[in-house]
Amino acid sequence: MMLIKNGHVIDPANGIDQVSDIWIENGNITGVGKFSGKAEQTIDAKGQIVCPGLVDMHVHLREPGQEWKEDIESGSKAAVAGGVTTFCCMPNTQPRLDHAGVLLQVIQRAEQVGLCNIHPIGAVSKNLEGKELTEMRELVRAGAVAFSDDGMPIWHAGVMRKALEYASSFGFMVIQHAEELELTSGGCINEGWISTQLGVEGMPAEGEDSMIARDIMLARLADAHYHVAHISTAGAVQLVRQARTEGLKVTAEAAPHHFNLTEEEVMNFNADAKMSPPLRTEANRQAVIEGLRDGTIEVIATDHAPHHEDDKRCGLSCAAFGIVGLETMLPVSLELVADKVITMSDLVAKMTSNPAKLLNLKSGTLSVGAEADICIFDADKKWTLDRSKLFSKSRNTPWHGKKMTGQVTHTLKGGRVVFSDGVVYD
Amino acid sequence: MKKLKHLFGIKGLEKEQLEYLLNLGESFIDVSRRPIRKAPTLRGKTIINLFFENSTRTRTSFEIAGKRLSADVINISASTSATKKGESLLDTGQTLAAMQPHVLVIRHSVSGTCEFLADFLTNTAIVNAGDGAHEHPTQILTDLLTLKRAGGYDNKVITMVGDVAHSRVARSHLLAAKLMGYKVRLVAPKTLLPSQVERYGCEVSYDFDAAIPGSDVIYMLRVQTERLTDNCSFPSIREYHEAYGLNRKRLAAAGEGCLVMHPGPMNRGVEIATDVADSASARILDQVECGVAVRMAVLTALCGDAGGES
Repeated sequence: MMLIKNGHVIDPANGIDQVSDIWIENGNITGVGKFSGKAEQTIDAKGQIVCPGLVDMHVHLREPGQEWKEDIESGSKAAVAGGVTTFCCMPNTQPRLDHAGVLLQVIQRAEQVGLCNIHPIGAVSKNLEGKELTEMRELVRAGAVAFSDDGMPIWHAGVMRKALEYASSFGFMVIQHAEELELTSGGCINEGWISTQLGVEGMPAEGEDSMIARDIMLARLADAHYHVAHISTAGAVQLVRQARTEGLKVTAEAAPHHFNLTEEEVMNFNADAKMSPPLRTEANRQAVIEGLRDGTIEVIATDHAPHHEDDKRCGLSCAAFGIVGLETMLPVSLELVADKVITMSDLVAKMTSNPAKLLNLKSGTLSVGAEADICIFDADKKWTLDRSKLFSKSRNTPWHGKKMTGQVTHTLKGGRVVFSDGVVYD
Repeated sequence: MKKLKHLFGIKGLEKEQLEYLLNLGESFIDVSRRPIRKAPTLRGKTIINLFFENSTRTRTSFEIAGKRLSADVINISASTSATKKGESLLDTGQTLAAMQPHVLVIRHSVSGTCEFLADFLTNTAIVNAGDGAHEHPTQILTDLLTLKRAGGYDNKVITMVGDVAHSRVARSHLLAAKLMGYKVRLVAPKTLLPSQVERYGCEVSYDFDAAIPGSDVIYMLRVQTERLTDNCSFPSIREYHEAYGLNRKRLAAAGEGCLVMHPGPMNRGVEIATDVADSASARILDQVECGVAVRMAVLTALCGDAGGES
């Protein structure tokens, strides 16, 4: 038996938010409350938060195809170092996750690594080309938990309508990377005063808004669950808010960089602050924060997108889109609590039970009987991010050298300590 | 005055530095008019012109500037595609820097290339000969010296017409105007103006005729005709010339004394009518001459012993 004692247990799914003990047997949680008895192994979590292992529904593993950027093992290590025990991987690998065989390969490799639950997101369209639908039912049987062409939008309205209709027939949602390519092509950062000063092509907020507006209409038409990935604009947040008020099955996730950083980060041509959608203006950042506060945005997800430094060191407009995020999700997001935007319990929900519920996953709770996937963190610990110490194979983070508050001290997967005090135990 | 270490753009320069370069440049005009057009100022200095974009005038201008000052000048034309496949921009830059040139003059289609490379290259001064749509500082020095010799630039109104969105010359001028005390009035359809450009503190007009009165200089930007089909920025050359081309009638409306400038190369019959380009108001060839002089000044300031205390 293993005991985690005296921690501040936050388990939003069960409404728990108090100092408590948790005990674990055979990899499962067997009790939450006041423990009396003898434990073989004890973690003293006094002064720390004990919550379900984090669930990140938006991760790019580069395996298969670009293992020099990230593979399932390094991505899993980065995840547990960030307190994440369950994540979804996006289908834009090479080959794409558009055939059952590729999904099964990923799942099998994930099980061999054994650090995290990894759930593939199946491709909506064959080869992510946005033309023909994949065999979604087959992909579901292989383990897909949702569908997306992320990295690329599902561009054509007709294909999007059919995708929403077909996926929802089997009870699955479509996750959209909302980007009207006609408005954004050639762009590399947010369109506005900064893109003008740098002399680079911009990506206007309207490129995101216009596609989401269209998609919401299609979701209404298809009576389907539509999920907005990495929402980044005030317009998009307002569109999602309206759709939800109307009662549509529309949900959204925000990435930490979109509520923590603004386009100012790229003023010195910093390619490690280049991603799609791009960092926006302060007004957009505040709108995303407001969306998180009022519940319009239910989920925080990283859009962890590893890239090799060769793909970043070539000038801003040539650099690859994306940043790593698994190892910074928690401390960066904790600022929302420090700034009193949301409570600690709300924050934990957005990174555990909320995404798990959207995706029908068993993870994200500390219920008795559940697998003991647990994140323990010191919410007040101050530290400085050093990108050379990341577990990810890639170093593309805009937070290098920045002060962080809050650090994961232990991550448990199925009752086993897989990360503690800076070390991954695989 | 701060010693010039690199010349990335107008951004980051002090007024005093620009004035110094203009004065030094003016003194070099004479060198180019002597029977023996050579001074020993940069003897023993090595300058590499690394051009990833096609350029005849800017590259030749830098080459002549270096050679007139007795520097050893090497020209390299690298295709931009070579930076994507094959050797990276960074490797090319580091390789050339390892050959110990005093100055690397770079033109590249990617904005920010000079700042990017400078992070990795030590002991080499970098001169931006145009990066993407970002900056083109030696063109601004060229234009200001031309104006200085034509009576000055203080409080002058430069009406700049054309493809501001893709123009590094426009951006550098907008920064220099604030620093040096002249005004830039932009004229273009919205399709050729970048987002929030008024935040530079310039006037913006969509109507060329309305913008002409009060102009001391009409500065025509080159129109890249490929924009026509690429992204619907304007419907036809004919309509562009009608709405935004500088013709004899518009020049007359500007009044006597209004100068015409163009950074080159010109599209005659597109942004500028031939008779205007060849008129007495045109200072376009003066610009070319001043271009050599200011580039001599920049190279001297960067690798000569002059240029202020370090």
